[in-house]
Parts: sequence; C-alpha cells; structure tokens
Amino acid sequence: MTNSKSSSTADKRGWMLISAAAFAAAAAIMNICLGASSVTLPQLIRALISGPDGTAAARILWYVRLPRTAACLMAGAGLAVSGAVIQKVLANNLASPGIIGINAGAGLAVATCCAVGAYSAWAVAGTSFLGAMAATFIVVTVARKSSASRSTVVLSGVAVTACLNAVTQTIITVFPDAALASVDFRVGGFSSVNQSRLLPASILILAGIAVIITLTNELDILSLGDDTAQSLGLRVTRTRNGMLTLAALLAGASVSFAGILGFVGLIVPHIARRIIGNESARLIPFCALLGGGFVAVCDLAARMIFAPYELPAGILMSFLGGPFFIWILLRRKEHQP
Amino acid sequence: MITVQDLRASYEGEEILHGINASFPEGKISAIIGPNGSGKSTAIRSILRLMPDISGSILLDGEDMGRLTRQEIARRIAYLPQSRSVPDVTVGRLVLQGRFPYLSYPRHYRREDHEKADQALEWVGLSGFSERKMENLSGGQRQKAYLAMALAQDTDVIMMDEPTTFLDIKNQLDLLDRSRILAGSGKTVIMILHDFEAVLHYADHVVLLCDGRVMTSGSAEKVLRSKELTEAFGVTPGFYEAEDGLHCYVKG
Repeated sequence: MTNSKSSSTADKRGWMLISAAAFAAAAAIMNICLGASSVTLPQLIRALISGPDGTAAARILWYVRLPRTAACLMAGAGLAVSGAVIQKVLANNLASPGIIGINAGAGLAVATCCAVGAYSAWAVAGTSFLGAMAATFIVVTVARKSSASRSTVVLSGVAVTACLNAVTQTIITVFPDAALASVDFRVGGFSSVNQSRLLPASILILAGIAVIITLTNELDILSLGDDTAQSLGLRVTRTRNGMLTLAALLAGASVSFAGILGFVGLIVPHIARRIIGNESARLIPFCALLGGGFVAVCDLAARMIFAPYELPAGILMSFLGGPFFIWILLRRKEHQP
Repeated sequence: MITVQDLRASYEGEEILHGINASFPEGKISAIIGPNGSGKSTAIRSILRLMPDISGSILLDGEDMGRLTRQEIARRIAYLPQSRSVPDVTVGRLVLQGRFPYLSYPRHYRREDHEKADQALEWVGLSGFSERKMENLSGGQRQKAYLAMALAQDTDVIMMDEPTTFLDIKNQLDLLDRSRILAGSGKTVIMILHDFEAVLHYADHVVLLCDGRVMTSGSAEKVLRSKELTEAFGVTPGFYEAEDGLHCYVKG
C-alpha cells in the first residue's frame, strides 16, 4: 500500500520534470521563432540543418536568435538554481543571489570598469563575474571569521552589500558617464548577447549545475540544521561555503552576460518548490528548466509587447514577477487555517 | 560505552564545562540531569565533538573519539538535538536521511538504506506516514520521526537532548518505553531529562551536573536522594512506595 503510494508520487514528480522540460523547450522555440521577423517551425528546422550560410532567415537564427535564446535559458537556469541553493543553504526562502553580494559585487565592478573607460562587452562580462565572486568571497570570509552560521552569512551579506552599493553610488556620482554606460547591465537584458561572451559563461553554468546535482543529498542534510547535519557526518561549514561558492559561480556567470536580473533567483525556486516539493534531487533540475523557460518567455514578451521597441527583460521580469509574487503570498494566506 | 575524562569545553573564551568525568554504560539508559544552564546540552555536544573548543579525553568503547572522522562518529552515535527544525520534507525522506553517514560519493541511497528506513518507521509506528510532510505531523509524531531517523542511522549509541520536552504525557511515556527497549537491545542510550519521576523509573544511571561540573553520579535513587541534588536544584524530592514500586515527587 505504502509502496504503491510512493511510486505514484514518484511517477507524478517524474511527469512534472518532463512538463518543465517541455515548457522550457516550447519557450525556447517561441523565443527563436517569434520577433520582428518571425520564422516558421519548418524554416527553423531547415536553418538548423543547413547552418548559418543559407538564407537571411538562417543567418538571423544562427547569429541573433539562437545565442539570445541560449542566453535566456542559461541565465534563467543559472540564477534559479543559484537561488534555490542559497535558499536551502541559508534555510531562508527570502534569500536570493543578491543576499550573498552577487549583484552588489557585479554592479560595483561594472561601474568601476565603465568609470575607467573600459566599455567593451568582454571587459564588462569579465569584471562583473570577478566582482560577483569577490563579493561572495568577502561575505563568506566575514561569516566564517565570526561563526559561519546561517544568520551570520545573511547579516554579513547585508553589510557587505550596503558597503559595495555605497561605493557604486559614489563612483556613479563622480563619474556620470559610468552610470550611463552601465545602465544596460543594471537593468538586465539580452539585446547585446553574442556567442563569444556566452560560451565561457555557459560552460561554467552547466558544469556548476552538474556538480550541484551530484550534491543534492548534502543540500538536504544541510537544511536539517547545523547540529543534526554534523551528527549525520556532514562537514557543515565546508559544505555550506562550498555550496555558496557554487551558487555564486552560477549567478556570477549569469549576470556576466545578462546583467542584473533580480527576480529570477527568488521567484523561480518558490514556484518550483510549490510544484515539485523541496527534495533537492528533483528541485534543482526542475528549477533549471523552469528558470530557463521563464526567462525565455519574459525576453520574448519584452521584445513583442512594444514592438518594434524592446523593453529590457529585467524590467519586464520585475513587472511580472512582483505582482505574481504578491499573488502567491496572498493565495498562501487564503489557504492557511 | 562512553567514558569521559577531564572534559572541558569553552565558548567565546569562557569555560563552560570544568573537567567532567563520567561514564555511560552500554545496554543502559543514562540520564543527564541538572538545573538550567548547568551544561547538560554542552556536555552532550562536546561528547559528539560538535563544540568547537574542547579538551579532555572521550573514549567510545575504549577508542579515542578525537581520532574518528565526523562520518565515523555518525556511524556510531546518533543524536537528537534539543531544537529540531521542522524541515519541508516527507517523513520517509527524513528517516532515509539517517542513512547519510553510510553513503560514499556520489551519494545515492541504496535498497538496503530504504529497507533500514522502512524498518525504523515501522518500529516507531509511523509506517503509514511515509509520504506525509513533517509540517503536517503533531509534535509527538515529529519526535517519533526523528527517533526513526536516529534508528535508521543504526548506531550503538543514541543521544537525546530533552526528548520529552513539548510532548504530552502519553507521548512522553511512549518515547521513554521505546528508549528502554532500545537499551534492552544493547544500545547505549543517553538522554537529558528534567522530570525526576521519569528519571527514577527509566534511568539506570544518572549523572548530575551543576555549573559545568559533575556533582554526583550513580543509580537514579542514589542521585535523587543525594544532598548534591538538593544543592543543585534548591529542592528536596520526596519518595513514597506504591504497588508498582518507588515514586518521587517535588512539593511546590
């Protein structure tokens, strides 16, 4: 009786993972095919077979739409998995990559980069990644020097973020050109993505997600609390810091080409948990698929709503994500006794 | 059998345990008692090497625990901490996680792990609750689920920090009865208790702590009748004989 119930739950969760994969695939195909010049599915298939040297449509697909869609999928997957890991590690459902200094570190690095006149896409991507990682390193080091507990990491993140944002605002005030040059990065979007920037970040994101998937049992043990986790044989501080570093790697690689997309790392793990539960072995791949599909849909909407003008995807995500999140919170309250 | 010699523990530079000497025999229930702030939880956490700054000798079946890895300790001692979170997982999953110390990398739970977890769930009477979320259980059921997780860990020693706190009387007795069965099967059961009546009925061996020092130890009746207990708690328990044996009470 128990076994049949367990297997039916497992089947249901399996179907949910398949559905998430189908959603991500459908969102990707729509993102590729729809836009200022639409492409039909047969044209897409022909272009994929013939390569980029065929028709104008094939060139648009290979050089514009495919990198952009891949960027949406990668950024969405990276940020959503990063958010899920951070929320689990800190046992705080309001945590997101921003809480460990990712956005503040990347923002400061890009503002500095622009202030010294390094406007190239590679400079922005490289420094934003390094800035995000450096900020996380400071947050984790400060936390480790005190007690390395969950709350210390959060408090350390808040303090470091405040300091870095203050420096960023100072730079922007002193160098107004830096504010203008970094505005695309700060709102987030995919209009300037290209293959060469995307490739190294994608390798990092895919490798990071693969490593996290092998560590999902550790993530679950960690969320039982420090004493229980240690008594089960887990080296808590090392695992927590390692997980936060992996989460920073994913988010840092994502913001390096997509800019700051604040809501994905917070809202997607929430939705994913409600659909598939909190068990990391299913939650992490589900987040990756849902996050990728969500960002691809947002990017498509950002291109279509005011066509031929294009909204940055980051702004649209906040427009959609904020009310949706409020709706989730209100709905939860209605269901509480 | 756990033997502790001159165990000292400090937190933020302040010494909390001042050289504890005690032993916890196998196949028995050992109770650690003492007033609030006497160092009971610190003593258990120190024995498990969860405290960062400890010194002294802790022997597990004669083997120095300082030489064991965290994973090796987890295979020999299970621990139910005082403040247990209510994780967002199913009961079955929680209990399965008791098998974590036995997994090698990459960690996948094997058939044997699932079988042990199922047996533990059945033993505590929660076999029908496998798919239920922990947050949807009562306090007593959650305690049983955590006990099942400790059993799935399949260790010789089980340490419990105030396991009866927040439980109603029926669930308290149920947990203590199960602990007695576990001790009867040869396990070393160590628990922190506050209720003198429960100590008298269930503990085979008692260690009284006060201000980070062992005041006295021995049989439950000996410790409960000792002047050290009166000094530590500021109360003197009374005793009376009934048909089912000796009972104790404390006047308000």
